[in-house]
Amino acid sequence: MLTFTLRRLLTAIPTLLLISLVIFLLVDFAPGSPMSDIPLTVPPEVRQKMMAALGADQPVMVRYLLWLKQFFIVEPQYALDAAFGTNFADGAQRIISWQSKVPVFQLIGERLPQTLTVVGTAYLIGILVALPIGIYSAYRQYSWFDQAGTFFAMAGFSVPTFFTGNVLILIFAIKLGWFPTIYDTNLSVMDWDSFVKMIKQMALPVTVLALFNAAEISRYTRSSVLENLNQDYVRTARAKGMTERTVLLKHVMRNSLIPVVTVIALGMPTVFGGAIVTEQIFKINGIGAALIGAIHVSDLPTVQTITFIFAVLIVVFNLIADILYGILDPRIRYD
Amino acid sequence: MLDAEPKPLVQVRNLKMYFPIHSGLMRRHSGDVKAVDDVSFEIRQGETLGLVGESGCGKSTVGRAILRLYEPTAGSVVIDGDEVPALSAEALRKKRPVMQMVFQDPQASLNPRMTVADIIREPLDEHTTLSRDEKLARVYELMDQVGLNRAFANRYPYAFSGGQRQRIGIARALALNPKFIVCDEPIAALDVSIQAQVVNLLEDLQERLGLTYLFISHDLSMVRHIADRVAVMYLGQIAEISPRDALYARPLHPYAEALLSAVPEPDPSREGARQRIILRGDVPSPANPPRGCNFCTRCPKVMPICREVEPRLIEAEPGRQVACHLVNPSPG
Repeated sequence: MLTFTLRRLLTAIPTLLLISLVIFLLVDFAPGSPMSDIPLTVPPEVRQKMMAALGADQPVMVRYLLWLKQFFIVEPQYALDAAFGTNFADGAQRIISWQSKVPVFQLIGERLPQTLTVVGTAYLIGILVALPIGIYSAYRQYSWFDQAGTFFAMAGFSVPTFFTGNVLILIFAIKLGWFPTIYDTNLSVMDWDSFVKMIKQMALPVTVLALFNAAEISRYTRSSVLENLNQDYVRTARAKGMTERTVLLKHVMRNSLIPVVTVIALGMPTVFGGAIVTEQIFKINGIGAALIGAIHVSDLPTVQTITFIFAVLIVVFNLIADILYGILDPRIRYD
Repeated sequence: MLDAEPKPLVQVRNLKMYFPIHSGLMRRHSGDVKAVDDVSFEIRQGETLGLVGESGCGKSTVGRAILRLYEPTAGSVVIDGDEVPALSAEALRKKRPVMQMVFQDPQASLNPRMTVADIIREPLDEHTTLSRDEKLARVYELMDQVGLNRAFANRYPYAFSGGQRQRIGIARALALNPKFIVCDEPIAALDVSIQAQVVNLLEDLQERLGLTYLFISHDLSMVRHIADRVAVMYLGQIAEISPRDALYARPLHPYAEALLSAVPEPDPSREGARQRIILRGDVPSPANPPRGCNFCTRCPKVMPICREVEPRLIEAEPGRQVACHLVNPSPG
């Protein structure tokens, strides 16, 4: 298992390098300039100086290699310094956002908690809701519960979040006035009142995202459980005289949750990626919003860094899914 | 001397197992697949009843329905004094140790994520109060009984060959000292060389533990080897039940005759003289069986009455029951 993990990590290096190059070139070729925000009255030579100050006038390959060095060498050094109070970085140039002129990682550090609270909670709730629904739908296939579950999943899956989000805002925020329409990023939980306020402002975005996640996961769970329910070994377990509980939880579940675990693990990067659309609707100042904002003003370092982190997360969670498979299924051994 | 006759351990009366067909937009109940249609037989203590017939005739369904792995549509099944279809779910579970099953597919019938020891031990966890060590001792004892190396206890089913897996399945079935075992084509998925081993193992165990078997198979020569009496099924009904030797020497039902004529003869000089009866046409659909005798569409000896009146399974000769108008001319 360890050799497998190490080998996979080694092969991930060229993959990630290639991804970073492709992202860099794509972002660079995209139309727009970091100066598009600057008023037209600013003379061209001043613009040129501003470009030079940002380092944006360098050839693309130079900028790419510089970014690589900053991402893989300088930023980890700063992270170590921040963690242990050392001084490896020694004031080296960090990746700076062209838009806000602060280090991109500082920006991410500010935005990520919002995304993780809202999207992470939604993902967790989605899983917790989806598993029982999926299992019970399969166990009572074609019952009214299953039909309702299918309808719920179809609705959650096929109606986009920007629609459900707005519908929920219309009903619960505007008509009923139960929840706020906008997520207040500055709210910090200090006491009971602020906690209630936090729950209230999280309710709508979490519901929208949880519905979407639950729809997908419950479908996977249902089909996986159904597939296993008809297996011969389930009949064997019944013939042994096991209780229905044991049959379902021990024999069926352990076998049918493997593909579900994979789906859940592969979905994790979306939690970090933030549901970009949902963040926009509820004005959550998360990482998705940061990415959109950076794209609008051609803030290349920020776009590049955030996108690349998503790519890393996807590669990492793929690896985690594979390793989980090996742990859960004794037939799979990676050596 | 009549008292010496062991009393039946298993009594099946008018067992019916219909699977509903739902069709149309509203999935209305539009008919039934009559997989088992009015089957009755008895198995005496310590006896092996062979159940033979072609694919799809309902052999396996009979086995599953009498152990109530399916809920039978109608009929009575008495196993060791209990009316199985009438038991409550909990009582049925408590009854399970008495009646066990060896399944056809030794690959699919073992949970791929449990070790051999876990598979064999699980029934002990559920139905006994043995300590950990006692259970492990019992697991080893069972593995010895079926000829599995104890060192394999912590391996998973995928690491075994088909024959070994079937031994695991048998050890599992034996764990709770059952009286009655349904062997549902236990050898069909195995190599010929392994088949003999497994059948001999089953015979051995029967002798040592006094087991009663319902041996379901389409392998007629294997049934001839292991069974004391043989029931021949066709399209959900029993055509003939006879003692083995009598049946193989002189089948009474035309279907049994045709079926047995298909058994190859190992002696080449006699094989040349074997007369095969080739049946024409296909088996009718069990959702829509023919009027009269189920076999009337393909019977080489069909008579007009066969298309009108359904023959009943009645004693034709001592110990032999046949459902055929030819053998039991019915009055009128």
